[in-house]
Amino acid sequence: MTSLLILAVVVLLGIAVWQLTKIFELTQVGSGPDDAASQIANEKDNNINGYLLFAFLGFIYIMTIFCLVKYGSLPLMSNPASEHGILVDNLMWISMILIFIVQIFTQFLLHYFAFKGRGIKGRKARYYSDNDKLEAVWTIIPVITLTGLILYGLYAWNDIMFVDEEEDVLVVEVYAKQFAWDVRYSGKDNTLGKANVRFIKGINLVGVDMSDPNAIDDKMAKELRLPVGKKVVLKFRSQDVLHSAYLPHFRAQMNCVPGMVTQFAFVPTVTTAEMREREEFVTKVNNINNIRAERSQKLMAKGEEALEPYEFDYLLLCNKICGASHYNMQLKVVVDTPEDFEAWLAELPTLGEQVAAEEASNAPAEEQPAETPEELSEVNTDNEAIAQVVK
Amino acid sequence: MSAVGHEIVSGHEHDHHDKGNFFTKYVFSLDHKMIAKQYLITGVIMGIIGVMMSLLFRMQIAWPEESFTLFKWLLGDRMAPDGVMKNDAYLALVTMHGTIMVFFVLTAGLSGTFSNLLIPLQIGARDMASGFLNMLSYWMFFGSALLMVISIFVEGGPASAGWTIYPPLSALPQAIPGSGMGMTLWLISMAIFIVSSTMGSLNYVATVINLRTKGMSMARLPLTVWALFVTAIIGIVSFPVLLSAALLLIFDRSFGTSFFLSDIYLAGEVLHYQGGSPVLFEHLFWFLGHPEVYIVILPAMGLASEIIACNARKPIFGYRAMIASILGIAFLSTIVWGHHMFVSGMNPFLGSVFTFTTLLIAIPSAVKAFNYITTIWSGNIQMNPAMLFCIGFVSTFITGGLTGIILGDSTLDINVHDTYFVIAHFHLVMGISALYGMFAGIYHWYPKLFGRMMNKNLGYIHFWGTVVCAYGVFFPMHFVGLAGLPRRYYSNTAFPLFDDLYDLNVLITVFALVGGVFQLFFLWNFFTSIFYGKKAPQNPWRANGLEWTTPVEHIHGNWPGELPVVYRWPYDYSKPGLPEDYAPQNMPFLEGEEKMHH
Repeated sequence: MTSLLILAVVVLLGIAVWQLTKIFELTQVGSGPDDAASQIANEKDNNINGYLLFAFLGFIYIMTIFCLVKYGSLPLMSNPASEHGILVDNLMWISMILIFIVQIFTQFLLHYFAFKGRGIKGRKARYYSDNDKLEAVWTIIPVITLTGLILYGLYAWNDIMFVDEEEDVLVVEVYAKQFAWDVRYSGKDNTLGKANVRFIKGINLVGVDMSDPNAIDDKMAKELRLPVGKKVVLKFRSQDVLHSAYLPHFRAQMNCVPGMVTQFAFVPTVTTAEMREREEFVTKVNNINNIRAERSQKLMAKGEEALEPYEFDYLLLCNKICGASHYNMQLKVVVDTPEDFEAWLAELPTLGEQVAAEEASNAPAEEQPAETPEELSEVNTDNEAIAQVVK
Repeated sequence: MSAVGHEIVSGHEHDHHDKGNFFTKYVFSLDHKMIAKQYLITGVIMGIIGVMMSLLFRMQIAWPEESFTLFKWLLGDRMAPDGVMKNDAYLALVTMHGTIMVFFVLTAGLSGTFSNLLIPLQIGARDMASGFLNMLSYWMFFGSALLMVISIFVEGGPASAGWTIYPPLSALPQAIPGSGMGMTLWLISMAIFIVSSTMGSLNYVATVINLRTKGMSMARLPLTVWALFVTAIIGIVSFPVLLSAALLLIFDRSFGTSFFLSDIYLAGEVLHYQGGSPVLFEHLFWFLGHPEVYIVILPAMGLASEIIACNARKPIFGYRAMIASILGIAFLSTIVWGHHMFVSGMNPFLGSVFTFTTLLIAIPSAVKAFNYITTIWSGNIQMNPAMLFCIGFVSTFITGGLTGIILGDSTLDINVHDTYFVIAHFHLVMGISALYGMFAGIYHWYPKLFGRMMNKNLGYIHFWGTVVCAYGVFFPMHFVGLAGLPRRYYSNTAFPLFDDLYDLNVLITVFALVGGVFQLFFLWNFFTSIFYGKKAPQNPWRANGLEWTTPVEHIHGNWPGELPVVYRWPYDYSKPGLPEDYAPQNMPFLEGEEKMHH
């Protein structure tokens, strides 16, 4: 399929070049070989290129139709999985349709006028240098349209970005590092324990300050599970470089900035199981599996392992260049029913338990077991000291 | 017309133009026309390097982790062992492609060339305000370009943190190998580049303000000069801010300060940085970075205005509106940088402000686009290659500009930020458009630069091959973006979500490779015409600008006798009542000629 496509494009372009050279050569008959005028467009050049410009308009339209037919599923504009996603998609569709119409219309005018006005000897162009009314028209129309778009955009933006702290929300931390994600749930108190990279030690991967009482019941996970229908506030941190947590299905994205906590809030509205059953996703998954099956055959022919079949899952992708393996830094996101979510969460151990267990298992192995707790508290005070020194 | 230029340099000082040896004539020349040629040729060579890089990484995107002899050959064992491109080498190529194209080709190569060539010639000046500063500016640019190329070969590879070099990635060699020696050279090169660009810009501004010939009021300036003049002002305002960002980053990297870094745990240890903010760097970077796209596109607009009017044999439509929109765009360009940072973690209120200012730019841009279309309407269009590239310019500027309405809207940017949708947008609206402007400028002013004509038919082949391929690359790319594929991914098949984009990525790469081949027609044409092109007449396009009143052979001081005196605006094409369909700016009004508009 792909090789056919390449072949077709190459052959077509080859023919186009050959034809063009030929046409242009033909137009050269009659002009002297050493005359500079031979390098200035003559009437024939004007004619040929005028027609080609008009044909190029056709190329633009065909390309548009081809892309819409073949790649028109537009995952970023359909099937939003969050409450605000509907608002975003609406605005996206309005803008997109507007753009589409303006594009079709202005490209037509540009290429048609160029074709229509292709130079003819002896004809004089129209001396037309100003028209205040016309200019007012194409100043005012964009002004009105943009006012509408700006107002809608600002309304949606404020709605999405400003989180009401009083609301009943689920607070979850998403923690980025080269090249993986960690997830921390805030536990029963729904408050995340304080954290700083200076506390990173052993199982305490994200540097939670264990002396903070809010930290004890925090829970760590390797996937992001969310209950459907409840507002979740994601708090982002990064331990090394900039990352960006991109959740395309939820129309959500926020950078993870070292030294700073950023946040994004949304309400998931479709569970993973429901989304998998939607027709568009069934088609998409089948399509991908066909492609993968083809690739598997090639791999097996080379004696390598076949690819696993694909099943749809929400993903959180890294979307800010963060190093060599930036391209392969995702986190599985699962949206569950509230009951399933609670059951899953209840099974996770708390961070307090995990840290205690790790200390217990390390204690006999180390030569001076008594120092471990002291070390921890030392780190706590050290941190403040460091902060002061640096300042 | 009250403002009258001053003739500061008299003709006598320039009588000795034939003296001087090879070095003073071709290397350390003070003559603006020679410096323009130096800029252009350096820009073209950097362009070859930059475009080659993009073709290489496009091949990796289409056929991930496949082995190519070409890679082995061009990238060597360090970047492509066994002909398979390494993942950090991919990022290095992406970074260097961006840096080279934006700064070295489209800033220095485009505005450096045409500001130097056209400002003195079109305003009727003997040379730049300071020829020495001009020469210095070129040689510093040359030095910075050389350093940037050298950085590709140092240990650890060139800078790999993206052309935006966001810290901490760009600050810490532990995070990516390219942030070692390669990044140091990148920063030094850019610092020198900024010095060069600032010297050049100051010179352009001083020249336009002081050295206009008699009668050349600001309201009679060709739009090219207006655009180049305003571009220089934007450069002076914004480039120094990038210099400060680069210096602070050098401090962070080499002297242990914490301007941009805080709370970092890398490779198993806590680093000492505390209290800095990467977001601060983003603000500083984009305070230049956004105006930079206008530094790139405004000169292209200026060139296009001139070429479209001349080849349509019509006055440019809405001359004053064109100037107003250049000024409007320039002003707005300095207060929209935050639209690159909607999801950076800055206060969402700022997002609202930047959405508002950003979408306002659509207004002067729309005015420009419609004015170009109206200029083309009812013309008698001479389809020279330069004109075709200008029509292509307007076309891609519209296609690329329209999607700006989506990206400039903070609400929508949340979802398409840093996807291929952005890549498609900015390549069309500033990359390809500016490149078309540059090509148009080269084809149009080649007779002025080298005294010879470029081959027309090769020009046509170059144009048609390029427009079809460029559209074939960047139009489908919108759909890759709307499928949610993030940019700067070494491979799109590491996980299955984007497997169905495989075909489309191959199609894009094929268009890119074929488009690359078509550039060979241009290069052949460009370099052979210098020596073998047909000898150019004085005014081949029958244009109105003062540059066509100078002799074909370059002389120091531009005009052999007195400086020309300007009587009319530059766009009196096809004016009723005149014998010819053009009227050079130094042509006095005929008896009984109607004084229309200007």
